[in-house]
Amino acid sequence: MEKEKQSALKKFLAIRGMGQVVTVTVGLIVLCIVFGIMNPNFFSSRNIGNLLRQIAPILIVGIGQSYVLITGNIDLSIGSVLGMSCMISATLMTKGMNPWVAVILTVIICILTGVLNGLLVAQCKLPPFIATLGTMTVARGVAQFVNGNYNTDAIGEEAEFFRDVFYYGKTAGIFNPVWIALILFLVFNFLLSRTRTGRHTYAIGSNIDAAKLSGVNVVATTVKVYVVSAFCSCIAGLITCATAGMGTMDAGNSYEMYAVAASVIGGVSTLGGQGLLIGTVIGAAIWGVLQNGLQFAGAPVVIRNIVIGIIVVVSVLLDVIIRTGAPRKKKVK
Amino acid sequence: MGEYIVELKDVTKAFPGVLALDKVQFNLKSGEVMALLGENGAGKSTLMKILSGVYTRDSGEMRIFGKEVGDMNPKLAQEMGVAIIHQELNMCQHLTVAQNMFLGREIMKGRQVDNKAMNAEAKKILDELNIDLDPETVVGDLPVSKQQMVEIAKALSTKAKILIMDEPTSALTSKEIDDLFVIIRKLKADGKGIVYISHRLEELQHIVDRVTIMRDGKYILTNDFSAMTMEEIIANMVGREIKEKFPRISCSKGKKILEIKNLNAGRMVRDVNFELYEGEIVGFAGLMGAGRTETTRAIFGVDQKDSGQIILDGKEVKITCPMDAIKAGIVLAPEDRKKDGLCTKLSIRDNIALPNLDILCDKLGVVNRKKEKEMSDKAASDLKIKLPNDQVDAGSLSGGNQQKVVVGKWLARNSRVVIFDEPTRGIDVAAKVEIYNLMNQLKAQGIGVMFVSSEMPEVMGISDRIIVMCDGRITGELMREDATQDQILTYATRFESKLG
Repeated sequence: MEKEKQSALKKFLAIRGMGQVVTVTVGLIVLCIVFGIMNPNFFSSRNIGNLLRQIAPILIVGIGQSYVLITGNIDLSIGSVLGMSCMISATLMTKGMNPWVAVILTVIICILTGVLNGLLVAQCKLPPFIATLGTMTVARGVAQFVNGNYNTDAIGEEAEFFRDVFYYGKTAGIFNPVWIALILFLVFNFLLSRTRTGRHTYAIGSNIDAAKLSGVNVVATTVKVYVVSAFCSCIAGLITCATAGMGTMDAGNSYEMYAVAASVIGGVSTLGGQGLLIGTVIGAAIWGVLQNGLQFAGAPVVIRNIVIGIIVVVSVLLDVIIRTGAPRKKKVK
Repeated sequence: MGEYIVELKDVTKAFPGVLALDKVQFNLKSGEVMALLGENGAGKSTLMKILSGVYTRDSGEMRIFGKEVGDMNPKLAQEMGVAIIHQELNMCQHLTVAQNMFLGREIMKGRQVDNKAMNAEAKKILDELNIDLDPETVVGDLPVSKQQMVEIAKALSTKAKILIMDEPTSALTSKEIDDLFVIIRKLKADGKGIVYISHRLEELQHIVDRVTIMRDGKYILTNDFSAMTMEEIIANMVGREIKEKFPRISCSKGKKILEIKNLNAGRMVRDVNFELYEGEIVGFAGLMGAGRTETTRAIFGVDQKDSGQIILDGKEVKITCPMDAIKAGIVLAPEDRKKDGLCTKLSIRDNIALPNLDILCDKLGVVNRKKEKEMSDKAASDLKIKLPNDQVDAGSLSGGNQQKVVVGKWLARNSRVVIFDEPTRGIDVAAKVEIYNLMNQLKAQGIGVMFVSSEMPEVMGISDRIIVMCDGRITGELMREDATQDQILTYATRFESKLG
């Protein structure tokens, strides 16, 4: 019995990349304890509920970015697609469209952006940095354009239901956006770890030539991955829209970088081929806990940014040091 | 023959979990070429990395030019005249020859880099070595052989007196190897000491004075090359006698499997026609750049075809991407395993599963992990891949085992034609024999085997029929019984007459 338990634990730790996830989880626990000591209210059920709701959108965009990073690419358009999703859905709803029709239309438009990103990168062979920089700018432009360069009015009473589903409502005592993030995590984690497309995603990031020669359709897989990213951004945009009850043109600013941060803190390699979505969950949680905890501790926004920026770099640096023994020592085979 | 310029005594080095070197002895005189031999994983590279300061030893003595050396580091090694020419060339592909040669040691004029002086100095060194090369050429535009020459010139520009060459000929053609040997002989005459690491034993006789043999991290022996037979050398390397260097089984030729008709793809594949029958291995010989790799890539659907037909078991198949080829039953184990063969950051199991996911997945594309594990286990045991478990990075395996994974992932599915492109490059003798046995097994099963190799003895030893290519065309075909090195080389150099 004891042995079986041990082997199960061993098996769990033997999952590639799990080591780092464990490390950052320890970091997360330490952070929570520190903030908990500084302010006992940190662990109040009210704050935990809010905290989880804050983490949700970061986790959602983090999932998308992780997919893209694992293929060895990057998606800079995440924040703008989020903004576009927020503005398009809000504009349609203020114009009196049924919220569900508006949501479906918004999802379609965002997915098309993902398809475009994927084709530009895989088919046209543009560097992903440039291709998504382009779509980032265009998507932000669309966000500004849809309502004539104004934020929208409040989305109105018919859309109360929409706001409940995406932000304010609770199911089984937990805020809906947390459920949404959880469901997206479970679905995309399954896709990544258990399906053919998931394997192809890792293979492309590890060695694109070898993947091609193993029969992987690189263009199709890359497009799928960017679609996942755009879809996640779209959902995060709908949550943002529901939160504010209106469309704001600069919604999602810098979210692509928050998504990178959540991913890399959680051990996803920016060089591709490595990473686990569970790591992204922990990464997003660290991000959220820092924001929330520092706010609780009364740190002004500017200080918060400085601290968080430093922590992102240090956490990745720590990982490099742990993995290679020392920052400058050669990796020993 | 001069004094000992390098003396290593009882050098020991352990890495986590393995004793890489166990009290190894090594010495080198000036003006000699010392071959350092052993299978992959014998510890040759580790030993040379200790000599060149990349690793530090755990214990043992090291003397260079009679002087006791304590902790070695790369910079100190360079100052003491030790230079290593790596198996994987370390060149900045976008810089020029001269810029590469003086990288990190740029000649300065005031605060500016003096390109003129560097080019002149580079030219001087290249001329001394009789290497015909413009120092202003961008390195990435040069063929591998020339890049290698630049590496040597670079080493000499640091006034190196001890040169370590790690598999210098693995990517060279016979003509280029001859050129390299001329240079090595010249270096020898100049009193340099050269450590020569190579798996190609047949080339040793041309340049080597003494040999040191290692096995599994242990020192075995040092002896004059002339005092040993090739059989003795191999026996000491592998620790047992290899009966046949080129095992062979005879099968009767069966029905036609594959027919390639008028295949054209770019400049390097021009009007290629050949047939493949059951029960035979067809070797593809030729010089480097003869278009053999390009032919395999065109058949496999990696590169676009301009025209041509592929007929498999009497039916024409359309192949526009590798997946088409795989589905039709044609698979390719590519030439460059690091670049094209393996996802080095993924586990061995993932690598073996990758091209076979269509078999391993259900209708919804979900991987059946039990089947996946079975496939990986079976491949590992069939191919005798040595591994702690199949979840380790494929990149952490030795060259021979990596190659087995590359081959293994294709054998896990039933194919009609298996194309091997340089399957034995850079792997040790024992692993080579295992690959040959594997090809023989396929042959016995009636699978068509297409075998591209630049090593003449191997092509002649293993193939039943040899097709020779030159400059993108098939220039000759020989049955094994009629094949001679001379005849193959004649075909391989049959370039088109420019006079028309």
